[in-house]
Amino acid sequence: MMNNSVEITGLTVVRGGRPVLDGLDLAIGGGVTGLLGPSGCGKTTLMRCLVGVQRVTSGRVNVLGQEAGSARLRDRIGYHTQAASVYDDLTVKENLMFFARVRGLGRTAVDRAVAAVDLDRHAGQVVRSLSGGERSRASLAVALLGDPDLLVLDEPTVGLDPVLRQELWQLFHRLADAGSAVFVSSHVMDEAERCDRLLLMREGVLIADGTPDEIRASTGSSDIEQAFLAIVGGEAA
Amino acid sequence: MSTLVSPRVTLAVAARVLAQLRRDRRTLVMLLALPTLLMSLLWWIYKDSPGVVFDSIGPSLLALFPFFIMFLVTSVTTLRERSSGTLERLLSMPMGKLDFLFGYALAFGLMAAAQSAIAVGVSVVWLGLDVTGPVWLLLLVAVADAVLGSALGLFVSAFAQTEFQAVQFMPAVVVPQMLLCGLLVPRDRLPGVLEAISDVLPLSYAVDAMQSLVKTASTGEAWADVGVIAGFTAAALALGAVTLRRRTP
Repeated sequence: MMNNSVEITGLTVVRGGRPVLDGLDLAIGGGVTGLLGPSGCGKTTLMRCLVGVQRVTSGRVNVLGQEAGSARLRDRIGYHTQAASVYDDLTVKENLMFFARVRGLGRTAVDRAVAAVDLDRHAGQVVRSLSGGERSRASLAVALLGDPDLLVLDEPTVGLDPVLRQELWQLFHRLADAGSAVFVSSHVMDEAERCDRLLLMREGVLIADGTPDEIRASTGSSDIEQAFLAIVGGEAA
Repeated sequence: MSTLVSPRVTLAVAARVLAQLRRDRRTLVMLLALPTLLMSLLWWIYKDSPGVVFDSIGPSLLALFPFFIMFLVTSVTTLRERSSGTLERLLSMPMGKLDFLFGYALAFGLMAAAQSAIAVGVSVVWLGLDVTGPVWLLLLVAVADAVLGSALGLFVSAFAQTEFQAVQFMPAVVVPQMLLCGLLVPRDRLPGVLEAISDVLPLSYAVDAMQSLVKTASTGEAWADVGVIAGFTAAALALGAVTLRRRTP
């Protein structure tokens, strides 16, 4: 029962008359699971389904033993949206204090989240005056509040400098080791190497699933980008 | 279900909205000072006119300003919250829809109380507005009216995709009420159809309440009007809750 954090069967989402996700089946367990694919392939829609904010056409999404979106899950999932979802006119600390109060968490949780994304020095700064990467980290910190059982992170490392990206990936692994299931999307193929398990997605369909090594080996490619091309090419042929 | 109200979350939302306002000094100053400045301008306009025109129009405007300012501020703020993704984030957290709505209503209600207190105070003390009934009840009407404006603003923000559209709801929703509320022509002298329409518009009741408080010492009519305003507010909040969808396409 508790083996998988997420179990999806036959998930279909139709938007604007076009299927964005088409009969998707997927189970996600512990560790860091990466969802990779080009922009517009349905990554964000899939993540929104897990969080329970996406209107679903058909199929079942089960998260931590409950139906996705059910009230009892709202304390247990940390969600980072692609665009920074924080208040521009509040400081980093004020933003986090607010979301922590909504979650019923205290100052300790706020301090830990701020430290985790390395924003201590900017905690008192109004979000509007931060750089794009810093805003994104402030938004990520909100998702980290209170060590959620499932982290759904939509492109959390976009536009960040390599050192910080590496630190964040280390953080994701620490959180996974501590028992959270971490589900991260990216359209940067080189980030694939850092995942325990990798899902490649294209046009609403999962085209590969395995460890980075397995995916490379199965296609005889030297890196994930080559593997992606090989799989897509093989399908077209 | 989580539609129940949590005082913790409601207060968190209200405190956050007020904190944002505190940062936005210009908006804050305009919120607090504009109605009073406009009342003073009105007083000045009628200063040399014979008769007691200020006393007849002043009360209506005390009902009007908080209503339309709060309508505008709330519809734009809520729209911003919808488009920035913070609303979606909040709805994925343990926040009831009513927590969100009441939080906003509470914060803007407090602002409206301060705004109206200044406007009523200046009007009565310096501009010589004669209020026969209790001044505190006049203030209560103004606050109820402002909360109503907030509630309607929350509701219509669901139908606007951009801030431009949200601003356009002002002439669409507020101006007809201004024209029909008895400010230009007493409601009982309006053509029959228009009078009937004005009977179902909430601002009419706020203006009625203000006028009766200025003219008479009896408070029965004003309380009845406050009841009607509260009813409209509850309906607008309920409709607003319906438009807050956790799941969106």
